[in-house]
Amino acid sequence: MTPTTLEIPDGAQNPVEPFLRMDRMPHIWCPGCGIGTTVNCFTRALLDSKVNLDKVAIVSGIGCTGRVAGYARLDSFHTTHGRAIPFATGMKLANPELQVVVYSGDGDLFAIGGNHFIHAARRNMDLKVICVNNMTYAMTGGQSSSTTPAHVISATAPYGAFEPTFNLVALAEAAGASYVARWTTYHVKQLSRSMEEVLHKKGFCFIEVLSPCPTLYQRRNKMGDGLDAMKYYKQASKIRNGAPTGECTLSKSGEIVVGKFVDRDRPDYLELLRAQMTEALGERYVESEASCSC
Amino acid sequence: MAKGFVAITVERCKGCGFCVEFCPTHVLSLSSAFNSTGYHPPHVVAAEKCSGCDLCGMYCPDFAIFGARYAR
Ligand SMILES: Cc1ncc(C[n+]2csc(CCOP(=O)(O)OP(=O)(O)O)c2C)c(N)n1
Ligand code: SF4
Ligand code: SF4
Ligand code: SF4
Repeated sequence: MTPTTLEIPDGAQNPVEPFLRMDRMPHIWCPGCGIGTTVNCFTRALLDSKVNLDKVAIVSGIGCTGRVAGYARLDSFHTTHGRAIPFATGMKLANPELQVVVYSGDGDLFAIGGNHFIHAARRNMDLKVICVNNMTYAMTGGQSSSTTPAHVISATAPYGAFEPTFNLVALAEAAGASYVARWTTYHVKQLSRSMEEVLHKKGFCFIEVLSPCPTLYQRRNKMGDGLDAMKYYKQASKIRNGAPTGECTLSKSGEIVVGKFVDRDRPDYLELLRAQMTEALGERYVESEASCSC
Repeated sequence: MAKGFVAITVERCKGCGFCVEFCPTHVLSLSSAFNSTGYHPPHVVAAEKCSGCDLCGMYCPDFAIFGARYAR
């Protein structure tokens, strides 16, 4: 006879737990919020990539997504709103051995922090930027962000948004990113693989993840709960690796093009800095050793 | 005999249903019982079908469930 109950071996542990500050659980995220799902993918990527966890740092700005840095059991920094990228840039330059991951929301990275994003991409700063795009400023009550699609009702667009939006993947490519991908929280395997890939890739890497915000984005728009958003992602997504990013615009309920769009090699900021300084100063150029107290 | 198992931390669950919907072999169903915070956690309805693929674990936004294969 087949068993009807499962035997759970002693010591079995959720693979995400070693990466979380369990004393801070339960987390603040709402039922059906997708941010936790992205965290699962990130931890699986850390495991699979076999990176040295002592050399990984994670930096977030402010917002619901910004909480990730507070929950991750890594060297993690919860910085001020919009400033995750400059903070991460400083860390990377002070200690180039670190693998610095920026994990934040669309508002944090592309509104208040938009300038930092384009310049870090232009410089090809060796940062891995993960943007959880829920198309709103969730933490502050669901105001329109630079990705809120037309016709969506938000706290600041009671009759529907009408401003043109940023297409984040096109913006990242145009600004110079070495790696650009987009997935949704439905695509857990692909997302985790992309995260693993960027942990081994040099230069400015960008992954956009569409993620449900049932509480402050969907509710006003009668878009159901988190599971409804997941079903929409499943039904509306089309995987088109290498698609021209300019064609990958998003809308309120239309097709979602996902995939890896850009994977190219450009010298990163530190290589360019070294090359120029060595050319100009020769032997006189000496790099200061990174000193770490740990 | 099932190839894998799934473990549920009922008290952490917020009843979103992701695990139930996306389990490829339909091992789970949302229970009619409540946990102490008032959510309906999943329960196992087809243990023998669990492959231990851990897709439920990857989807669960509340870190409340995971699957793994039995060691052979
Ligand atoms: C300097 C400053 N301005 C404004 C705020 C208020 N604020 C906090 S979070 C946030 C937006 C967050 O949106 P997003 O980055 O998309 O994250 P989400 O909450 O959607 O995950 C804003 C405007 C702040 N904390 N600091
Ligand atoms: S408000 Fe939205 S983004 Fe924030 S935790 Fe809730 S569902 Fe997630
Ligand atoms: S481990 Fe896989 S098969 Fe087992 S319950 Fe989870 S999703 Fe279903
Ligand atoms: S995915 Fe997690 S939170 Fe959602 S119903 Fe399943 S166990 Fe509960």
